[in-house]
Amino acid sequence: MRAPVIRLADAAAAYDGRPVLRGIDLTIRAGERVALMGRSGAGKSTLIGLIHAEAAERVALVPQAAALVRTLSVFHNVYMGRLDRNRTAHNLRNLVWPARADLDAVQAVLARVGLADRLREKAGALSGGQQQRVSVARALYNGRPILLADEPVSALDRVQGGLVLAELARTHETLVMALHDVALALAHASRIVVIEAGRIVLDAPAAAVDAAGLRRYYRDEPAGADDPA
Amino acid sequence: MRGLALPRPGYAAVSRWFLGLGLAALLLADLHVTSLDPYADLMRLLGGLVRPDVLAVEGTSILYTVAFAVLGVGLGAGAGFLLAIPFARSRTVRIACAFLRAVHELFWALLLMQVFGLSATTGILAIALPYAGICAKVYAEIIEEADLAALRALPPGTGAVSAFAYARLPEVAEALRAYTLYRFECGMRSTLVLGFIGLPTMGFYLESAFRQGRYGEAGALLLAFYALIGTRRLWVRARTLPLLALGAVLALPATVGTTAIGANLARFLGHDIVPAPVRGASLLVPESWAALWAWLRPILWTQILPGAAQTLVLAQVALVATALGALVLFPLTARHFAGPLARPFGRLLLVTLRSTPEYMLAYVALQLLGPSMLPAILALSIHNAGIVGYLLGRHADALRYRPDAPRGLDLYAYETVPRLYGQFLAYLLYRWEIILRESAIFGILGVATLGFYVDAAIAELRLDVAAVLILATALLAIAVDTLSRALRRSLRIADLPVRLSAAPPATPAA
Repeated sequence: MRAPVIRLADAAAAYDGRPVLRGIDLTIRAGERVALMGRSGAGKSTLIGLIHAEAAERVALVPQAAALVRTLSVFHNVYMGRLDRNRTAHNLRNLVWPARADLDAVQAVLARVGLADRLREKAGALSGGQQQRVSVARALYNGRPILLADEPVSALDRVQGGLVLAELARTHETLVMALHDVALALAHASRIVVIEAGRIVLDAPAAAVDAAGLRRYYRDEPAGADDPA
Repeated sequence: MRGLALPRPGYAAVSRWFLGLGLAALLLADLHVTSLDPYADLMRLLGGLVRPDVLAVEGTSILYTVAFAVLGVGLGAGAGFLLAIPFARSRTVRIACAFLRAVHELFWALLLMQVFGLSATTGILAIALPYAGICAKVYAEIIEEADLAALRALPPGTGAVSAFAYARLPEVAEALRAYTLYRFECGMRSTLVLGFIGLPTMGFYLESAFRQGRYGEAGALLLAFYALIGTRRLWVRARTLPLLALGAVLALPATVGTTAIGANLARFLGHDIVPAPVRGASLLVPESWAALWAWLRPILWTQILPGAAQTLVLAQVALVATALGALVLFPLTARHFAGPLARPFGRLLLVTLRSTPEYMLAYVALQLLGPSMLPAILALSIHNAGIVGYLLGRHADALRYRPDAPRGLDLYAYETVPRLYGQFLAYLLYRWEIILRESAIFGILGVATLGFYVDAAIAELRLDVAAVLILATALLAIAVDTLSRALRRSLRIADLPVRLSAAPPATPAA
């Protein structure tokens, strides 16, 4: 078995004094592809926050909202993934006059999410699905080994979403992602973790779980959990 | 969509144009320092602030400053409220208000002095007239922006007054109150400045203290003024208003100068401000028009055009300097850049800069640096960068960054400034017109802007020339305001908040 990269033991979180997560025991090992599932409000995003706090310097994050700077170009938004690893002077220079090497590197990452031709467009001018893919590209460019993503493909159709998840898996050995789409999760994750009312209620290899069993956790939710948004 | 679409300028293009024009204007501006030792003078001045001579302060000047501001702003805001009602429907009202506010309160005071002398009436009307124009416009905007959901839910047949009182006024009352209180703060600054041209407010004593080097007295007056501004929320309240108004009326100074107001007003309107060649002449004969043109042409060529050019140059340099200053200053008050220890000091610094009247700053800078455009640029950009920087800091605190956002200069350059840039441009374009009006006024201090020629014309008692020059200044201000509004619309930032009283979301005011 490979080494654990994230270890939460009896972790808890509260929001405005109201407990959101309780008694979370979760160990994630290098090479695992974990899908966090559960109804809206179950605590998935909070758990992602806990994991991020645990290993911030090893994590490439895809936040829930795309969190782009709308007034900057797609290039600048993706380049932000590595701001911390370049000298500030170089970052400031790239803001005004992007370096060829950085342009090429970002372009290559954008090609992986199908946005190679949008390099110089304003992020605010893109559609919701395109913005989400820019956000994914920023995490890919960041390149840290654990990719932590909160609903990274919620604005994409299932085919596009599958392509993006496959790209994530190609370069990041460890994936932890909150997903809503049962079919995508089963196809792209090696391990399924279901959260309900702040507790882990299912933690099993994807091979041992079937779609019907997973959908049970969503049965009261008005919008079908399986509908790709 | 419009049929003919001009290319929309982006934030970057507009910024480059303004920066380029600012640099070009800088080449035209006279920036010589003629003072022998500005540093020593500055130290003496700061020494006055550290060791204020409290006993030398003329107490009545503080009383008059508050009284003029209370009555001037009260009259102006009241008239503004009445004018706000027909504002949206009546073009005449809108044009009249545009002229009222396009003429600076110091120009109003210079004109009013010719009729009312150095009296309380001059001081109060000089505030009330422009403030009525400003308040009418802003009140009308506030009423227009209000949420009207409740108005639509009223039963049909509800009377107009009831509908206004129940469904509109409660929605806008808070915004009106906040704006009026902010106007009162501006009114205090304006009244102080009126002292520099002879009215008995704090500015009068500040001017003589500065001129005679009594820096201890000047420091005490300034500190008293900051204290008044800083505590205004405590003593300007709904409950204290009647008391303030009554006290203000009782405290007004006796009239200095003439009391024959009726005759003065008739002479002023019927003779003094009528262009000399057509006084008493019929406008129906062509000779009158020829004479008028012969009179106007030299004024146009030797005063209005050079004065307007210098005014635009000064305003452009000051605007760009304000922009750069605000970008440097706002991190001092923003949570993510200044630590918990530095931030209160940053706020205090920017609030102090904002509370200091720019006319007084310019006066002091002129004493220190000698006559050139440099003191005027410094005064305008320090005051306005304080205002814009403070507001940007509060907008910056309202931003929500992603959890893995960068820090320090990277955060500033990649997240904060790009996200605030539209708001930043909105504030600057809005202040452009204010900076221009103030640039014209600085002529009174000796910079060769339009105010310089106005001041000279009044000194020569050529009030007809002064009136034409003030009219030209007003038209220039209106033109810049129109251009600024068009640019804001074109950049799609016309709906962003630009009023200083409209608090940005997040953190409450210091």
